[in-house]
Amino acid sequence: MSAAAAPPRKTNRLGLEVISYKGGKTTLCAGCGHNAITERLIEAFWEMGVAPWKVIKLSGIGCSSKTPAYFLGLSHGFNSVHGRAAAVATGAILANHQLQCIVVSGDGDTASIGLGNFMHMLRRNVPLVYVIENNGVYGLTKGQFSATADVGSRQKNGIVNEMPPIDCCLAAIEMGATFVARSFSGDKKQLSAILKASIGHHGLAVIDVISPCTTFNDHEGSTKSYSYMREHEEPLHDLHFVPFFEDISVDYEEGTLREVVMHDGSRLRLRKLDRDYDPTDRMHAVAALHEFETTGEVLTGILYVDKTRESFTQSLGLVDAPLATLPQDRVRPPREALEQAMEELR
Amino acid sequence: MSITGVTATLSSADARSAHRNDQPARVVNDFSIQVATVNGSGSQTANNVLMRAIFQMGVPVSGKNLFPSNIAGLPTWFTIRASAAGYIGRKKETDFLVAMNPETGVEDVEKLDAGAAVVYDEPLNLSRVRSDVTFYSVPFDKLTVPVCPEARLRKLVRNMVYDGVVAHLLGIDLEEMRKALYKQFGPRKVKAAELNWNAVQAGKRWAEENLTKQDPYWIERLGTSGRQLIIDGNSALALGCVFAGVTVLTWYPITPSSSLAEALINYLARFREDPETGKATFAVVQAEDELAAVGMAIGAGWAGARAMTATSGPGISLMAEFVGLAYYADIPVVIVDVQRAGPSTGLPTRTAQGDTLKNVVLSHGDTRHPVLFPSSPEECFTFAGLAFDLAERYQTPVFINTDLDLGMNNWVTDPFPYPEEPIRRGKVLTAEDLERLGGFARYRDVDGDGVGWRTLPGTPHPAAAYFTRGSGHNDKAQYSEREDDYVNNLDRLARKLEALRGDVPPPEIQLAPGAAIGFVCYGTSRYAAEESRDQLAREYGVAASYLRLKAYPFTSELERFLEAHERVYVIDQNRDAQLLGLMRLDLPVPLLGRLRSVRHYTGLPVDARSVTNQIVQQEGL
Repeated sequence: MSAAAAPPRKTNRLGLEVISYKGGKTTLCAGCGHNAITERLIEAFWEMGVAPWKVIKLSGIGCSSKTPAYFLGLSHGFNSVHGRAAAVATGAILANHQLQCIVVSGDGDTASIGLGNFMHMLRRNVPLVYVIENNGVYGLTKGQFSATADVGSRQKNGIVNEMPPIDCCLAAIEMGATFVARSFSGDKKQLSAILKASIGHHGLAVIDVISPCTTFNDHEGSTKSYSYMREHEEPLHDLHFVPFFEDISVDYEEGTLREVVMHDGSRLRLRKLDRDYDPTDRMHAVAALHEFETTGEVLTGILYVDKTRESFTQSLGLVDAPLATLPQDRVRPPREALEQAMEELR
Repeated sequence: MSITGVTATLSSADARSAHRNDQPARVVNDFSIQVATVNGSGSQTANNVLMRAIFQMGVPVSGKNLFPSNIAGLPTWFTIRASAAGYIGRKKETDFLVAMNPETGVEDVEKLDAGAAVVYDEPLNLSRVRSDVTFYSVPFDKLTVPVCPEARLRKLVRNMVYDGVVAHLLGIDLEEMRKALYKQFGPRKVKAAELNWNAVQAGKRWAEENLTKQDPYWIERLGTSGRQLIIDGNSALALGCVFAGVTVLTWYPITPSSSLAEALINYLARFREDPETGKATFAVVQAEDELAAVGMAIGAGWAGARAMTATSGPGISLMAEFVGLAYYADIPVVIVDVQRAGPSTGLPTRTAQGDTLKNVVLSHGDTRHPVLFPSSPEECFTFAGLAFDLAERYQTPVFINTDLDLGMNNWVTDPFPYPEEPIRRGKVLTAEDLERLGGFARYRDVDGDGVGWRTLPGTPHPAAAYFTRGSGHNDKAQYSEREDDYVNNLDRLARKLEALRGDVPPPEIQLAPGAAIGFVCYGTSRYAAEESRDQLAREYGVAASYLRLKAYPFTSELERFLEAHERVYVIDQNRDAQLLGLMRLDLPVPLLGRLRSVRHYTGLPVDARSVTNQIVQQEGL
């Protein structure tokens, strides 16, 4: 199989250079996995040709939540409060459901303080891309365990975690997210394909990215270190992404490839590796994640896709125009309506 | 407030002393009725019919429901006050009791003043309790059975029997009661209305044949209700939001604010669907908690919606962090606080003004928020529109502090005025503006009012974006930990509050010529204050001026009012004199010695007699 990959271009389909998708200079540590994810996000939005002014980027609090300042400088950004970007983003989408929304969160932000908001965002299938930059520790407060730390994982000071981790992907599949993936910040090709596919999904996309913390969780004994991930990443499939605006044909051996067509027409090609994995099968996805809980291997790739469920804004039956800018005559009922309401109470 | 009409008849207190001298005098349109029942027995309908019948006879009337935090089984009391003089605050004394609850009957009778009247359910045998009140024993069960063959409905229908008995004893026009009853049930429940109407008539007939009027209390027609109507404050505020153009409501159920959100949802579905497509021009989310409720509203406000949430005290506590973010990041949001007494497990079905201080300074660091204090259904309606305009004009959280008394009780009101002013969306730059200007600095105070110009996400222009954060930022919205940037930002936010002083509604003031003392009140305390003022004049010959605050921040009128009076009594429905505390924070020190406190914190609405007693004591009258 060979994909005729387009050579790198100077501008995207909107005529914008990649610089239009960059942000401020990162202030995170050198080698931080989050910086690699930032790079992939810049590429993904540039390559997909999304107009930056149609994007909003939100975050909570923590190292990961600082990153929206480092990409898409021409997009409105909101660094909100700890754990609650899900709620803020939900509100922003209600105000303007034409926006493309990306939330960047961390494992402390999502799985501890923000778990309630996270779970209910899943239930609602809010149309946005939710990236969890998962390093298993609190960086800004200097290395405490988060709720995604694995059993037996060791802190730098020797403390060993005994509590079972919260698997955000399992939660996402169980609670109603319609695009669920796991990746590794060091797996450039896979992460890039997942991010681009999520942009074309009309529903909630949850992407849990193992993103090593070089300062507090990259030592021996950590299960979220670069070396651990290089040894234990277990890709479900080899991913190729074909955007809707490109027509690329591929030759492949019968039975080796699955294709998922995203809502926007883009195609995600999943080439079989060790197993035949059907990401539209919810039970299959849940079983696979449980199976790997005990092996120490980290299953990555597209875990689950559901294209049938309505998104939250669809189920609310909103008018087509953004609520935020509806003119007065569409939001203030006429005089007769008030008179009717008054008359009923006389 | 007019007090004409009072002189035409004796007050209930006068009548009671007359009664003791065996010269019963008529007390007309100036007394209170209390109905004691069991929660969940359906008495609310009977009580509303009684109140509405009096309303339709043109008599000023108010109704207050004192209910427990319970689905069914605990005691509940409904108080109706008729007052020709227009006093619609709670009256401390009950003049006419309807005792239906076996659990509270004896205590309810013991609490009465001599000369009161009691209608009671025969098996309660309450006439044994005392001899200085008038008793009417009524066999409610026996009267209910013939008119309600279906046994399971009798518990509900028997309440309508007391409406008939009371109508007879007080002289309430039965035709008005019929109209009130059919109004209450509505056109879809005609059959239920008929059943209940039969019960009213059975009570009326039995009373005519078996009871001899011995008490002095009468309702007499003063006219008609005309264009007036009955509404609860929560529904009024909800209507105000609909006509203010609210587009996003995110909320979490909590008594006593839930009925506000529910009323709003109903009105939005009726009045705010797009006529052409049938689609919604609004979004409502019942959130997972108050944190998410206000977080969503703030996200929506940031992205340009007219966004709001409604809650009560414990919900406000949970919202504190987010409100601080919205303050520091200049985000509009309207937060309605229907206040209740105490903590989560306190008295959730009782009223208080317990969040006055908290809402002004809610959250971390230096914060000051504008708070509106509606006192009536009409102000609930108009202040809703005002709150959205202020929130967007000043890009900041705006609180509307109402309380359970206003929010959940039924009030008589004139119809609300249709909002004639255009909706004001504040300082928002469009793509065309940006093209002309070449760019903008989000937090630069170009107009001197502390309010920068903002752009909405989705504005199609490369210069539109800015980055919102609570953490330190300069006027271009760039991250900064510089001392001068932090100070400049805080000072700019303080200028907003100064500018707001000129935009919040000024207080209502009534000066009494030569008065040495004055009242300062806010919200629902106004009714007790207005009546207490008349009590002081009538009973003690003391004139008092009156100032009712409609908003925080304070305006210059308050300072001038203090300068003009030697002693100023600040009425708070909380223990710690929260409004007075705010005045101490904000007003010039030389004036502070004039402040006196009147406080009421029983969970019941403040009444005039309690206010008068506290002032009489402090004045040494």
